[in-house]
Amino acid sequence: MTSPIPAPGEPLPHYVSTAPFDPYSVEVMTEEQVRVNQASQLRLMWWKFKRHKVALASGIFLAVLYAMILICEFLAPYNLHTRNMDFIYTPPQRVHFFHEGSFVGPFVYGRTMTLDLDTLKRNYQDNPADIEPVRFFCRGDSYRFWGLFENNLHLVCPAQGGQLFLLGTDRLGRDVLSRIIYGARISLTIGLLGITVSFVLGIVIGGLAGYHGGVFDLIVQRLIEVLQSIPSIPLWLSLAAIMPATWSPILIYLGITVILGLLDWTGLARAVRSKLLALREEDYVLAAQLMGARSSRIIGRHLVPGFMSHLIATATISIPGMILGETALSFLGLGLRPPITSWGILLTEARSVSVIAFYPWLLFPTIPVILVILAFNFLGDGLRDAADPYK
Amino acid sequence: MLRYILWRIAVMVPTLLIISALVFTIIELPPGDYFESYVAELRAQGEGVDNEQIEALRKQYGFDQPALLRYVYWVGGMLQGDFGYSFEYELPVSEVVGDRLWLTILVSFFTIIFTWIIAFPIGIYAATHQYSWGDYGLSLVGLIGIAIPNFMLALILMYFANIWFGTSIGHLMDQKYLSEPMSWEKAKSILEHIWIPVIIVGAAGTAGMIRRLRANLLDELQKQYVVTARAKGLSPTRTLLKYPLRMALNFFISDIGSILPAIISGAEITAIVLSLETTGPMLIKALQSQDMYLAGSFLMFLAFLTVIGVLISDLALAVLDPRIRLQGRSTK
Repeated sequence: MTSPIPAPGEPLPHYVSTAPFDPYSVEVMTEEQVRVNQASQLRLMWWKFKRHKVALASGIFLAVLYAMILICEFLAPYNLHTRNMDFIYTPPQRVHFFHEGSFVGPFVYGRTMTLDLDTLKRNYQDNPADIEPVRFFCRGDSYRFWGLFENNLHLVCPAQGGQLFLLGTDRLGRDVLSRIIYGARISLTIGLLGITVSFVLGIVIGGLAGYHGGVFDLIVQRLIEVLQSIPSIPLWLSLAAIMPATWSPILIYLGITVILGLLDWTGLARAVRSKLLALREEDYVLAAQLMGARSSRIIGRHLVPGFMSHLIATATISIPGMILGETALSFLGLGLRPPITSWGILLTEARSVSVIAFYPWLLFPTIPVILVILAFNFLGDGLRDAADPYK
Repeated sequence: MLRYILWRIAVMVPTLLIISALVFTIIELPPGDYFESYVAELRAQGEGVDNEQIEALRKQYGFDQPALLRYVYWVGGMLQGDFGYSFEYELPVSEVVGDRLWLTILVSFFTIIFTWIIAFPIGIYAATHQYSWGDYGLSLVGLIGIAIPNFMLALILMYFANIWFGTSIGHLMDQKYLSEPMSWEKAKSILEHIWIPVIIVGAAGTAGMIRRLRANLLDELQKQYVVTARAKGLSPTRTLLKYPLRMALNFFISDIGSILPAIISGAEITAIVLSLETTGPMLIKALQSQDMYLAGSFLMFLAFLTVIGVLISDLALAVLDPRIRLQGRSTK
């Protein structure tokens, strides 16, 4: 009789592989898969967002612009309010590099003005003898940096005693390029502040309506219907007219952002409400309720984060509307007031056909408006696609 | 269905009441009243002001009474078809609005047709050729349409129309027809001028519509019934037009709510730049000069149209799309 177990050291009666055995070998994932499966939601969104090249480029473009508004005093060649009375309505000057075939570096030709006595039109001629090299990191117009301390360092400035109007000047001889750079500070922040107001209102009101339902929901729904049924421009107009004329320009600026936000929250509130209506039936909400969480905590901690990314995408897409709204309000003379300068204020200077005919360079502020709005739209599209990374 | 309609109409009454209160507040909010700005204007022109006459006018229109009472009078008047009196034009509101209303409707009508003719084919093309160069290019053009402030576009187009075609600047017709009664010549002049506002007002709307049509159609095209239809050998055109397009068009119907008032109010700012004889500039001017009955009654009219429009679109959606249940409640 032989034992079924062979004696130690004896060969086995059947073949057994000596290679080490891993029972999970079928389920082994490549390093790439592990990385994807363990990635946080934020990381997944970032990967998906990166694939949308245009959105990525727009995001970088906007980031650069917002960084620029921090130091616009330094970037602008002139102070916002510098008037050059000898150079009223100058057309843009071209930057040259070569003078009569020899390399000089960036420079502009000086200008001489002649007044056409028949039409009273100012004609400017380049004066080839007068070479005015552009200076970099130089001392120019003095300014108060963010209204805090005096300085006069600029990135570029005109030659000593010379001029540098790359985008021409307006009716007071102010440099259009500098005004566009300063205007960015107001125009770009107005959208952000406005969207913050509308975001807070939308989440709080829409959240409460969607979560509690009942009478409050009914009232909110009617309120939204009412607000949306009145055309927005009359609403802006009358709200802007309430602001007393004695307010300082800064207060008016804040007031306008609040007005833009106050009229924009309805769409966001609707989105939040419809999402919450569906989500509040989920089991994890019930669990939170049973544990005694207050509704503000359930909404803020458990429900809203679930679709926050969607909300941010929606908000990004509605920022352009605010920037355009500000230009419209300023155009009607009810927006910001000088000395605060925004792109809308700059565009009001170009409001007549004669400007297009004689001084077309006053239309330059349209270009940053278009670029910023396009960038926000692309960025919003990219964010919206990325908001649901599991799709 | 009938119960639902009745319920909706019943809800309209409080909604309209809230709107009327809101409109009244909006108009009352800015400090001062029409007579104050009127007196200031007269003084600025160096004319004498007859204080007694102003006081008498104030009394006649009830400006010496508390706001609440005036609100009640105003609403009561509107219920009887009396929309009040425009101080600026010195005419009843209904007469001031009446003239301009037809031109506004004309402009809006052409704009809507223009928007649809452009947006439909482009939207369908962009959705069926997703991520192609055509799709990117057309989307970019559409986005630029949204991005340019309307009034800038108006100015630029007006300038070039004048240079290239010799169209006179501004207005809906040649200056000489402004105060004339309708005639063939006048109609011709209107048709010559109308395309500028139509293109400008239509630009933004077209862009928005292309994007929505594209998004909706893309969602539909991914669904399984489209695959089934293809597998069964339906021709591509039929596969596209028979169901997916019809489903994607639901949003046109839900748009009725906002289209109706837009037809009447017109694009205000463009109209101001082009000095069109439409209702938009009139409304803005009335708000600025606090011509309160004109502004208030007109706003109320717009709001009423919106509420009606929303009701119509809800009902139409329910009729056209049997999946939508009106009385549906959540299960819990």
